[in-house]
Amino acid sequence: MEQFNEAALLRRVLAGEYDLFYELVRPYERRVYAAAFAILRNEADAEDVAQEAVLKAFKHIRQFRAESRFSTWLIQITVNEARMRRRKAHANLMEPIAGREDEEGNYAPRDFADWREIPSETLERKEVRQKLAEALAELGQIYREVFVLRDMQHLSIEETAKALGISTASVKTRLLRARLMLRDLLAPGLGGGWSSKLSFAKGTKPW
Amino acid sequence: MVVSCEQVWREVSNYIDGEVDPALRLAIEEHVRGCPQCDAVLTGTRNVVELYGDERMLEVPFGFGQRLHRRLDESMPRPRRSFLGWMATAAAAVLVAGSFEIVRSLHSHSPQPRSELAQRGKGVPPDLKVVAAEEGRLFHVPGCEFIHDKTKLRAMTAAEAERQGYAPCPRCLKQYLTADEISAPKGVSS
Repeated sequence: MEQFNEAALLRRVLAGEYDLFYELVRPYERRVYAAAFAILRNEADAEDVAQEAVLKAFKHIRQFRAESRFSTWLIQITVNEARMRRRKAHANLMEPIAGREDEEGNYAPRDFADWREIPSETLERKEVRQKLAEALAELGQIYREVFVLRDMQHLSIEETAKALGISTASVKTRLLRARLMLRDLLAPGLGGGWSSKLSFAKGTKPW
Repeated sequence: MVVSCEQVWREVSNYIDGEVDPALRLAIEEHVRGCPQCDAVLTGTRNVVELYGDERMLEVPFGFGQRLHRRLDESMPRPRRSFLGWMATAAAAVLVAGSFEIVRSLHSHSPQPRSELAQRGKGVPPDLKVVAAEEGRLFHVPGCEFIHDKTKLRAMTAAEAERQGYAPCPRCLKQYLTADEISAPKGVSS
């Protein structure tokens, strides 16, 4: 199998082999979509913004500086595009209550359900992935953005901060809250047995 | 060092990321051993990181990559040419087209089907989104229960599938096929 060499691919694109740009983007296309979806929470808008972001990256490829990773640069463009789209659509009017919480101060867990380790094979079940996606959608915007970039796309704290234009301290604070809120949302259902209903499915929030 | 429950909750994220100093790490571990509530918080938070970090959580809509590629392709700059360049290109195109026409008149233009048992479909809409297995011979509507190897599926249009030598599945694409095509011998599956 041919070894994927991003730097060499990038050089060829810059030298005029524009058709290779898609090969450069392809390994990250799922991440681009996920970043857009984390902000817009709408499949059609997320896909459109993901496409716009990739086109924009292509248009400005000569501005890419090799000191950052290509994937981080691409995600940063996507985040900016998605935020612009969101501002235009005034989507912040529909922000969940959790998104307006003050991020200062400590977050105390609200639920101490014993959630033993569960095998990742459970993700084969669509209903489990659905529950996780629903819980993620419950988070406020600022927590969801950080969580998706850091824990789902595996960006470093610094890369997440750069992509979102915030400090590393804010990334850490928001990440802690996002993780604890998700645990509060999921532990009663996933930890208490697969047959039990999740608390947020009944329309109540544990915090 | 002794830590309280509140300190554990405040540091649980850094602890999972390995970003606490060794003394604090030991103190947290000591605390968690004797505190079921903090143990539940730590284990649950770790589960969150583990589950959401799985690649399977990054789902994209069906055909996303294909649509992205197409849109990118449409936006690619075409190289500029001089008038003489255009003339040369046009002349070359005429020559190539003529050659193709001659070859086409000598041979059938259809690509060889991957199976001699599989019959080519006439009525499958060319833009229909279909899937085909790497090693298979047929193309299917996504989700067709007769797909043999679901692990190596590629998405494409029906026209692309036919160009690549795949033939339509006589079960899921039955509505587009003639009686002869549907009666292709059983056992021909992807």
